[in-house]
Amino acid sequence: MTNWQLIKNGIFAENTIFKLAISLCPSIAVTNSVKNGFVLGIAVLFVQTMVNVTVSAMRNIINSKIRIPVFMLVISGWVTVVDMIVAAMAPEAYKQIGLYIQIIVAFASILARAEVFASKNTFVPSMFDGIGMGIGFMVALVIISFFRELLGRGSLWGFAFVDFKPLLIMIMPAGGFFAVGILMAFFNWMELRGGKAPSHH
Amino acid sequence: MDFVKLLELVIAASLINNFVFTRFLGLCIFFGVSKKMETAVGMSITFTMVMVVSAAVSWLIYTYLMVPYELTFLKIIIFIGVVAALVQASDTVMRKISPVLYYKLGVYLALIATNCIIIAVPLINSGEGYNFIESLFFGLGSGLGFSLALIIMASIREKLELADVPAPFRGMPLAFVTTGLIALAFTGFAGLITL
Repeated sequence: MTNWQLIKNGIFAENTIFKLAISLCPSIAVTNSVKNGFVLGIAVLFVQTMVNVTVSAMRNIINSKIRIPVFMLVISGWVTVVDMIVAAMAPEAYKQIGLYIQIIVAFASILARAEVFASKNTFVPSMFDGIGMGIGFMVALVIISFFRELLGRGSLWGFAFVDFKPLLIMIMPAGGFFAVGILMAFFNWMELRGGKAPSHH
Repeated sequence: MDFVKLLELVIAASLINNFVFTRFLGLCIFFGVSKKMETAVGMSITFTMVMVVSAAVSWLIYTYLMVPYELTFLKIIIFIGVVAALVQASDTVMRKISPVLYYKLGVYLALIATNCIIIAVPLINSGEGYNFIESLFFGLGSGLGFSLALIIMASIREKLELADVPAPFRGMPLAFVTTGLIALAFTGFAGLITL
């Protein structure tokens, strides 16, 4: 696969949230505003890329018997870095989503890419794989938070511009589950119309 | 130690700030193992046990090692190590002491090693500055809350198997919408007690 195909694979074919349905916690927790969704998306993009690059660079010196603990160490190292950067640069957002940034350490998607892709491939493809998976995750978060903030607050990125009584439920916890469920159903419906069976269950 | 306060902490952690419905943690496991009642019950027991133990151990390490040596900035790395080691240890201990229990719950132990709930408990405990007993009860409350969520969900999904669902909603989408409805019901607990 070329680098461009690797990026597209992460965004569409193997989209973490809508296709693989893993690492779902933040898809609801931080998507009540576009800004929060975007900040966490950037954090995940950074961690995913750096972890892939690091694991790929070290793949020949990591003993395969202890590779999972080593991957965990690499991941938690980079998560600590991101945690500190976000706390310093976006303190407002950090107050709301700080816990979820620390939780990135337990994301199945990041460990999975390190194990499945980065530990078997060279530096450059691993980097593009990480970028693709990270962007795919970010896009999913932004799509979900776009609908939730628009319907729930009548605003986008904090700017109110729609003048109607907002559907308060959309920014409540329950609304997050509804939004993700309906969006997933929508993508399934698109696929069914295209004549393909849904790829996840 | 005020008993009422502890009871409030357990209720707050299990009902008001339920991990699944208001904090949105552990969703992968929640959707993954809530298809059958039997697995849901097994998972709940294992989860609650590991949560209480990891809350206790990580509190000791946090208070007596990390704070005195100013290592709190490493808490993500240390907690993930502690939890992983703990899960591995309980796996080994359980296999030796009670093979029957291990046969039943061993699979779930392997699953929770890197689960976000398990790592969230020590992180929240250290963030909120709970003392040892409070940390224990917070772990217990969170575990009970997660168990409640899993068991409610499993009993609903067993019924849903028989329902005729529109094709695009089959599987995950329906599970999400169902969870949304339960979450809506759980918002009724907000304001039950004020801490």
